[in-house]
Amino acid sequence: MALTKADMAERLFEELGLNKREAKEMVEMFFEEIRMALENGEQVKLSGFGNFDLREKKQRPGRNPKTGEEIPISARRVVTFRPGQKLKARVEAYAGREQ
Amino acid sequence: MTKSELIEVIAKAQNHLAYRDIELAVKCMIEEMSQSLASGERIEIRGFGSFSLHYRPPRIGRNPKTGETVALSGKYVPYFKPGKELRDRVNNRYQEELARQEAGLHTREGQAG
Repeated sequence: MALTKADMAERLFEELGLNKREAKEMVEMFFEEIRMALENGEQVKLSGFGNFDLREKKQRPGRNPKTGEEIPISARRVVTFRPGQKLKARVEAYAGREQ
Repeated sequence: MTKSELIEVIAKAQNHLAYRDIELAVKCMIEEMSQSLASGERIEIRGFGSFSLHYRPPRIGRNPKTGETVALSGKYVPYFKPGKELRDRVNNRYQEELARQEAGLHTREGQAG
């Protein structure tokens, strides 16, 4: 089981009393605004959770895994996520319980 | 963009909810995502990406101050894999920027000449 947008909307409905449509829109807007900031080349910092950073990658040699043919991987901008201290600590605590 | 700036852009984009409700909603969503990962559950947001846990095996570490070795146990770390829509939108915009820079250079060269 994975957490989805539907689960998050359900929680907003139950905990904050938003109606179902408002809750669904809120979840959509949350992710869309983060996507837009990143699209505009802006880093997104959610304290307590982590940072979405942007990195520019130079062109590098690649290969078609099926044919083995060499094709360069073009220069591109990619999103990376750096979890914050608080999230890292919470996740590690989970690992501790499992062992 | 920080969490409070995110709350503000959402508040500007819609006008039926009070600022306070948006603030609570954003905090609630971030907390639910953290809880999910903290309990070992993945997050899957179509068009955005997925968060999961990656295992880091036990290793021998070293205290940088004293040089002493310390046994570190295995642990899980959060990992994010951007979804196709996010990857494409971020990179397409970048390609447009690169193309504009290129065109700008040519224009200036043209004007200079």
